[in-house]
Amino acid sequence: MTRAPQPEARGLDITDPDSPETRPEGTGPDAGQLLALYEEMAVIRRTEKAAHDLFMTGLVKGTTHLAAGHEAVAVGASAALRDDDYVFATYRGHHHALARGATPEECLAELMSRATGLCGAKGGSMHLTKASRNMLGSYAIVGAHLPMAVGAAWSARLRGTEQIAVAFFGDGATNIGAFHEALNLAAVWKLPVLFVCENNLYMEYTAIADVTAVANPAADRAPAYGIPGEIVDGNDVVAVREAVARLADRARAGEGPSLLEAQTYRHFGHSRADPAAYRPAEEVERWLKHDPLDVARGRLADLGVPAETVDAADERAAAVVQAAVEAAKNAPAPDPREALTDVWADGGAQWRT
Amino acid sequence: MADVITYRQAVAEGIAREMRRDPAVVCLGEDIGAAGGVFKTTAGLHEEFGSGRVWDTPISEQAIVGAAMGAAMTGMRPVAEIMFSDFLACCWDYLANEIPKVRYMTGGQVTVPLVVRTANGGGLGFGAQHSQATENWALTIPGLKIAAPATPADVVGMMAAAIRSDDPVVFFEHKGLLAAKGPPAPPDHVVELGRAAVVREGADITLVALASMVPVALTAAERLAEEGIDAEVIDLRCLVPLDTRTVLGSLAKTSRLVTVEENPYQGGWGGTLVSVVADEGFGLLDAPVRRIAAENVPLPFADALEQEVIPTVDKVVAKVRDLSAY
Repeated sequence: MTRAPQPEARGLDITDPDSPETRPEGTGPDAGQLLALYEEMAVIRRTEKAAHDLFMTGLVKGTTHLAAGHEAVAVGASAALRDDDYVFATYRGHHHALARGATPEECLAELMSRATGLCGAKGGSMHLTKASRNMLGSYAIVGAHLPMAVGAAWSARLRGTEQIAVAFFGDGATNIGAFHEALNLAAVWKLPVLFVCENNLYMEYTAIADVTAVANPAADRAPAYGIPGEIVDGNDVVAVREAVARLADRARAGEGPSLLEAQTYRHFGHSRADPAAYRPAEEVERWLKHDPLDVARGRLADLGVPAETVDAADERAAAVVQAAVEAAKNAPAPDPREALTDVWADGGAQWRT
Repeated sequence: MADVITYRQAVAEGIAREMRRDPAVVCLGEDIGAAGGVFKTTAGLHEEFGSGRVWDTPISEQAIVGAAMGAAMTGMRPVAEIMFSDFLACCWDYLANEIPKVRYMTGGQVTVPLVVRTANGGGLGFGAQHSQATENWALTIPGLKIAAPATPADVVGMMAAAIRSDDPVVFFEHKGLLAAKGPPAPPDHVVELGRAAVVREGADITLVALASMVPVALTAAERLAEEGIDAEVIDLRCLVPLDTRTVLGSLAKTSRLVTVEENPYQGGWGGTLVSVVADEGFGLLDAPVRRIAAENVPLPFADALEQEVIPTVDKVVAKVRDLSAY
C-alpha cells in the first residue's frame, strides 16, 4: 500500500518568522489590562503544573489533559467575550474553566475528589463546569459540544439576548461528524456562534497533518460551509483577544458564525504521563521558545512595564495556586450519599415507583 | 370538539397546546415545518407558530439533538424530532453520553428540559432499518425518561408532561398507531410520567404492554375472555419512571405475569420489569413469568415474515392460555 500523497500546502506555522500571519493592529490592551491577562495565564500555568504534580504524587486519580501552553487561547478569548456569553470546552478544559471564573481551588479540589470541587467531585478533570458564569461544561467525547454551542447560540437568538456561544475544541475534532454538522447548521441558521480550534498539531499521539486531508484542519474547512475561517497565533494573548473580539462583534451583529484556528502547542503529553516522545525535539524547542507567557512578557516590555512588575504578578499567581493546593488538600471527601443525587432536576435519582 | 382524533393528530395537538402555553417551547427536526413532518405529526405547527418556533433542519441528527441540548441548557424547552427511532443511533452519543449525564457530572449545575420525539416500531413493512422498537435502547441509560403512549389522549397528556418536565424525555410515537383513533384529550390534559394505566381489569392474569402492544394485549384479552380467562391489561405508558407499583399491585390479585413487548427479547424492557417482580414480588406469583417479545433477528420486510418476528394477538393468546393452565 502506498501512502496517499500529502497536500503540497503546509499548514501555516506561526513560529516561522516568515509566516504571513499578521500581527494585530489598532487598539490592543493597555499595560494594565495586559498585565492582568498575563497574571491570569500565569495562574493557569501554575494550576496545570500543580495538577501534574498532584497526579504524580497520587492525589489526583483517573486522568488529566493539561492545557499548559494553551493559556493564551482561553485568556485572550475570554477577555474578548461578554460575561454572559456561553463557553463550551473539551476534556482539555481546565484553562477555560479558570478563564471564565472558576477558581484554582475549586478546580484542583475537583481533580482531587473533594466535596468542594467545582462539580462536587462527580465530574473530575474532564468535566469542569462553571454554569453560574455560563461556562457550560467540558465534554470528553470529541466534538460533541459543537452542536451544543450551536444550540446555545440558537437559544440566545430566540431569546433576543445578543449573547454569543463559543465552542473551543482541538484539531482532532475537525475530523468528526459533529464538527461538520455543527458548522453547517450554524451557517444555515446564521447563528451567533464562534468555533475556536486549538490546533496543537497532534490528535492525541498522532500528528494531525498525517490524518487530515487539508493543511489547516479547521480553517480550511470553514469555507466549505460559507463561513470565515481565520488563523491566529494562539500563543499571543493579544492576537487572540483581537481576533475573538472582531469575530464576536460580527456574530453579535447578526452576521453569523465564524471559525478561528488558534495555533498552539501543549507543554505536556496528551494525557497523564504521556511523555509525548512522538514529537520531534526541534519542534518542541521551537514552540517552547514561543511560550504564551514569554510572548506576553515581551509585549509588556514593549509597553514599558518593568520586569519586576511582571515578576510580582508571577509571585501572586504562585501564591494563589499554592494556597489553592493546600485548601484542596484539606477539603473533605464527598459524602457518599451524593452518588445518588442530581440525576434528575428534582435532585434525586428515582427511576421507578 | 371532534368525537375522535387520530394518534397522529394528537401528536401535533399535544405539541401545539404546549407551544401556546409556553413561548420557550420550540421545535426542530427534518421536514417538520411547512411539510408537517413525514408522518404529518407536526402538521399545522408551522402554520400556527411560524418559522421562528418551528425549525427545519438538515439531515444532521447529531446537530439536531446537540443543538436541542444546548438550547435546553440555556432557557428554552426544545422538542427535537428524530424521524425514525432507528436513527437515534446516528446521534446516540447525545442520548447515551451527553444529555443524561450532564446534570450529574456537573454536580447539578445544569438541567436539560428537552424532548426527543421519534417514530418507533414496526408493522408497516419498512424493513430492518426503519421498523425497530428501540425503547429498550434508551432504557439502558440512567438519566433519560422514556414515554411511549398508546392512545391519542395519552399522547396529548404525556406530551404535556414531557415538555413541562425539567428532565430529558425520549418520546416514542408508534408508527403503527398513527392512524388509530380515540377520544380527544380534555382541555389542560396532563398525564404524569411514570403512571401506568390499568386499561382492562381482570382477575386471572396480568398482561403488561407498551404502545402498540397495548391494543394487541387488549384484543387478546377479549378472545381469552371467551375461553373464560379473565386477563388484566396494564399499559405501562413509561419505562422511566417505571411504574412497578401498579404491576406488583396487579400481581397481588392475579399472581400471573406476562409481558408483551415489541422490542427484542434480548435486552427488552420486560427483563428489567420481571427482575423487579422476581426481587420484590416472588411471593405473589403462582406460575412462572412469561415474556412475549420480538424474536432476536433484524426486522424482515415482508408482512408474513414480520408477523413471525413481532408479537401478535395469536401468539399472546396461545402463551396466556398455556400459562393459565400452569
